[in-house]
Amino acid sequence: MTITISGDATANIVLPKKRSGSRRRRENVAGYAFMLPWMLGFVLIVGGPVVVSLYLSFTDYSILGDPEWIGLENYQRMFTSDPRFWAALRVTFTYLLVSVPLVQMFALFLATVLNRGIRGLTVYRALFYVPSLIGGSVAIAILWRFLFQSDGLLNNFLTAIGIPIDYSWIGTPSTALSTLILLNVWQFGAAMIIYLAGLRQVPTELYEAATMDGAGTWRKFVSITLPMLSPIIFFNVLMNIVAAFQAFNTAYVVSNGTGGPADSTLFYTLYLYQRGFVDFDMGYASALGWVLLIISGGVAVLLFWLSRRVVFYGDE
Amino acid sequence: MSTLTSNPPMQEVVTRRRRRGGPDAPIGRKQFYRHLMLIAMASVMFYPLAWMLGASFRDDSQISDPGIWPGQYFTVDGYVDGWEGIAGVPFARFLFNSFLVSGLCVLGNLIACSITAYAFARIEFRFKGLWFAIMLGTLMLPHHVILIPQYILFRELDWLNTYLPFFIPKILATDAFFIFLLVQFFRAIPRELDEAARLDGCGHVRIFLRIILPLSKPALATTAIFTFIYSWNDFFTPLIYLTDTQLYTVPLALRSFIDATASSAFGSLFAMSIVSLLPVLGIFIAFQKLLVEGIATSGMKG
Repeated sequence: MTITISGDATANIVLPKKRSGSRRRRENVAGYAFMLPWMLGFVLIVGGPVVVSLYLSFTDYSILGDPEWIGLENYQRMFTSDPRFWAALRVTFTYLLVSVPLVQMFALFLATVLNRGIRGLTVYRALFYVPSLIGGSVAIAILWRFLFQSDGLLNNFLTAIGIPIDYSWIGTPSTALSTLILLNVWQFGAAMIIYLAGLRQVPTELYEAATMDGAGTWRKFVSITLPMLSPIIFFNVLMNIVAAFQAFNTAYVVSNGTGGPADSTLFYTLYLYQRGFVDFDMGYASALGWVLLIISGGVAVLLFWLSRRVVFYGDE
Repeated sequence: MSTLTSNPPMQEVVTRRRRRGGPDAPIGRKQFYRHLMLIAMASVMFYPLAWMLGASFRDDSQISDPGIWPGQYFTVDGYVDGWEGIAGVPFARFLFNSFLVSGLCVLGNLIACSITAYAFARIEFRFKGLWFAIMLGTLMLPHHVILIPQYILFRELDWLNTYLPFFIPKILATDAFFIFLLVQFFRAIPRELDEAARLDGCGHVRIFLRIILPLSKPALATTAIFTFIYSWNDFFTPLIYLTDTQLYTVPLALRSFIDATASSAFGSLFAMSIVSLLPVLGIFIAFQKLLVEGIATSGMKG
């Protein structure tokens, strides 16, 4: 398993023996020369914009004209008089809290089933992985619309087998988000493959010993599989959360860019897009971006903190 | 897959495939039920896709048929009509644009990420640890925080309705995930090889080009394939940077299709949706093994 999440970059670098100063200088020059594209990118396209967007978040800016400093007004408006901001937060967190665990459950379940020496493993593995590759595309978003609208595939199918129904799954606020959660769960394949690779690293002896002690399947799963896989589970959860925070395409296509019905699919990113690129309220959109940064940073810190207590990293 | 043998961790995943980690594989009935469950699940998952494929070959009047096979209503009109594109721009143009943009992104990522990864993996320069930590930090940075200033910058540079907002960030190595992937891979290459080359008088440039890159084909291929798929599916970047229909990429064109086509032209919408999926599926079929190993070893989200 080569999954490494630690920021410990230099840990396994062989320390150079005493070198002459000129050698060290040459290394520095070469290092920074190789790093030049990244440094430019970091300053101009990543790090710089993070700072600029902080500045813009304190301004009123419509892209025409100059940004006008208004202090904390954007934030104040957001927290006190913008119900759509809260709707967007609610949608994003519901999406995240429901779909990320579901994805892990499906992925883990299928990985365990496939890991038990089954014929045609590669075929199943490939099949289940396909949705992860195409799930983010507009084509699939279009399909999802036709699957869940009132005269869509699901209802037509149900009608054909004798359950006449014309309920619009995407047109009703209470179920619209569920269809998007389902779309995310449909893409469990990528996580499943990572779990499968992880399961292969679990020593068979552990299971043999547990079987001798009379442990059942479930007991073995809870006491061996889960702890042994916990670093990978942590990694998957982290990556899925990062992705869930940025979900956009499907919500945009399924709701025609509105986040409707009744803001029930107004993902945070969709709201940010609307404020920034439809209303051209760039200052407010920047403030939304910074709140997202702080929230996702907070979630990451929380996860890392949790991982230190729950995740099992070998013989501790 | 002979190229893989140069890398121990990847090979491990490939060869240790058989019956490990679980109790004795049960045969017979239990196995049968397991296959039944897997096939049932796959059928449910793929039914909508199969239906869309069927519907793309079926007459528009049969849109409410939940069956897959077009039967007597078979027609290729959807493909013929859809291929005409929107607003006078043929669909082939959108495909070409998408290939161009994705190709540029692949090129940019391959060059920039490998150069950066080499510095992190093989050169001892000052503050390397700090830069590495910052690079890892950008991995988790929500893209939407930097969106607005980026847009303002590219707009000031007059890059709207060009492909530069796609390509320039790639050639400036902003895709931290692939840097990380390549650093991991480069570190696994034995250092003795560079030491030997250094004794022969090779500098970093030559070690990078002659030793590290040729030995890293699997990781470079993984980077290329995933960059291609991400760029191919990317909807957000074209949405904000492209307004000229001539320049539309496939996802944006498909999205406009929904509005442009009358509510009865499902066939062409589905047909072009299917067409838009083909390159990704083709790549998947061609490089299946590499892709699966790629995410298994790097934890890539597909």
